[in-house]
Amino acid sequence: MATSNSSVRRTLSEEKSKELLAPCGVPLLAERVVTSPEAAGTAAVELGFPVVAKLCGDNIAHKTERGLVRLGLGDEAAVQRAATELLDAARPEDGQVGVLVAPMVHGARELIAGVTHDPQFGPTVMVGIGGVFAEALGDVAFRLLPITRTDAEEMLEDLTNQVLLGPFRGEPAVDRPAVVEVLLGLSELVATHPEVVSVDLNPLIIVDGRPVAVDALVEIEG
Amino acid sequence: MSVEHFERLFNPKGVVVVGASTHPGKFGFVALHNILANGYKGRVFATNRDGAEVLGVQTLTSLDDLPAGEVDLAFVCTPAATNLEVLSQLADRGVATAFIASAGYGEAGEEGRAAQAALVAAANELGIMVVGPNGQGLVSTPANLCAQIVAPYPPAGRIGIVSQSGNLVSSFMNYAVASGVGVSRAISVGNAAAVGVSDVLEYLATDPHTSVGLVYVEGIEDGRRFFTALRAACERMPVVLVKGGATDSGSRAAASHTGSLATDDRVFDGMCRQAGAVRAATIEEAFDTAACFATQPLPAGPKVAVMTTVGGWGVMTADALSATQLELVSLPGDLREGLDELLPPRWSRNNPIDLAGGETKDTIPEVLDMLARHPAIDGVIVLGVGIQANQGRMERQGPFYPEWGLERIVAFHDRQDRRYAESAARCSSETAKPFLVATELAVADPDNAAVAGVREFGQYCFASSQRAVRSLAHLWAYARWRQRRM
Repeated sequence: MATSNSSVRRTLSEEKSKELLAPCGVPLLAERVVTSPEAAGTAAVELGFPVVAKLCGDNIAHKTERGLVRLGLGDEAAVQRAATELLDAARPEDGQVGVLVAPMVHGARELIAGVTHDPQFGPTVMVGIGGVFAEALGDVAFRLLPITRTDAEEMLEDLTNQVLLGPFRGEPAVDRPAVVEVLLGLSELVATHPEVVSVDLNPLIIVDGRPVAVDALVEIEG
Repeated sequence: MSVEHFERLFNPKGVVVVGASTHPGKFGFVALHNILANGYKGRVFATNRDGAEVLGVQTLTSLDDLPAGEVDLAFVCTPAATNLEVLSQLADRGVATAFIASAGYGEAGEEGRAAQAALVAAANELGIMVVGPNGQGLVSTPANLCAQIVAPYPPAGRIGIVSQSGNLVSSFMNYAVASGVGVSRAISVGNAAAVGVSDVLEYLATDPHTSVGLVYVEGIEDGRRFFTALRAACERMPVVLVKGGATDSGSRAAASHTGSLATDDRVFDGMCRQAGAVRAATIEEAFDTAACFATQPLPAGPKVAVMTTVGGWGVMTADALSATQLELVSLPGDLREGLDELLPPRWSRNNPIDLAGGETKDTIPEVLDMLARHPAIDGVIVLGVGIQANQGRMERQGPFYPEWGLERIVAFHDRQDRRYAESAARCSSETAKPFLVATELAVADPDNAAVAGVREFGQYCFASSQRAVRSLAHLWAYARWRQRRM
């Protein structure tokens, strides 16, 4: 199955990525996408403080590198100020943009999960230890898609740093069945949307033991 | 390609060596020699340009003289340039399969790749299954067939080998010769122009003579096809897999050896876990594990007891177990009390069960029996056997033998060590639990009574406890994969 050279890959916006992922059971934060600083402030009041604000749009993939993520915004004025700056930072090539406002969640641990396309084996699903040491640890497990529940459970068993999945720094053990549901959701997504070539859930923050995807990027082809 | 083709490849009613040579240094001579020297019972023909007699076989000057319908397998050693004609003559004489040992194909640049494509096209057109080219050959012990250009010919057994490297087939078979744990079929796919590892694996999974697969790969052409074949094979039997080119520098070497594409090794690893194959890091670990699958029952669980007559090996084994999914089980009270009655007070009173030199004539068989029968134990590693027989060897070879009572005690030591091997094998077969014997004497002195006994009772003697632990961990990984899915 060679990928055709003529097909085009493109990355969906965070908002559209999440629209695809939500029906597959990937746990996402309650969040709003707005287009004005005033609306951002109102959304934050409804969601509860603190919040994060990010600039998002179809052509924006690397928000952190461009400084388009503002964390820990504690009141309405701070949210409005951040939204103003983010909207001002938009470039013409970014296309249509909006400000995504979401509750700020905390967890001592992060996982990563996703879908990638292997040149020999085709679509694969991955889960691993996330956070600042993710690349240094390289602690990830892959399976070929589609997967069964047993496959997903064994992926978690394959991770080397099992201590990070147990009770950790006052937080409960990672809810393994909940992570398994995320992996099965990714499998279902690719089964129902074969145009999906990659998914990046990074980070998947562990909040009170349960995984929450605070960022999501889906890449499609065709 | 069909199962019927593979049946004719591995159970041919007759074989022809195309390009037999009178020169004992040439492949065309060696191939004929190896077929004749290892007891193949079918008819053997050979062709030679000059019609010379080779190894007592009157060669044919042309394949046109081959009796029609008498031969299923051609072993082709002729130069690449002549092989298209060879194939059409073979088809004319009803020969269904050809192993092409000749080089000068896909491994030899642009021209060679074109020749290889032409070879495959001709074979497909003629309905001949072509294996190779540039392969080392094949072995099929149910047919007493050693159709290959290198030694050895292994003892008959249950392990089916398929490899992208011919020399590694020889390595696996050398271990089979040394250990006595034998082989059913073995084949190197060479350039895999038409028949690849996936095809052979599919056949081995249907083969009644094969109950363990042993696979060496460097790269996979069609990953999904390989996964499907591997998964299907693992549903019927354990498959042990070694992959060359797992690291960046290894994968560059593999690219020049077999022209393989690189894949993320972690993807390959996950694919193996998903398919149910166990992955060995080295050739010796792969053979250890295949031999273990071939001779031991699968463990029902991870709980291991270690019985040792020597403390140090017990400690090392405890360390080795902690790096695996196996569990050095804490001895239940009733088992500990039972052992108290058999052993002197200084025994370790926990697992590893260190007999602390307190054994009398029947102690080891009795301890093994007790472990075999206890429901808290899923498998046993037996260490420190062969020590007495090793001392016996020194005494037998020393200047005092057979005086001073040495003849009698040496014979006693040998009997005892053979008996320990017999006990381990009997416990395993009676209780369907794995009992693995490990001692460096497997390498240092294969004639040691314990080592020879393990072999005599159809088991595999591991060269170290760490190697036994690794193999037992692989057995448990496969057993658990089955338990969760079947």
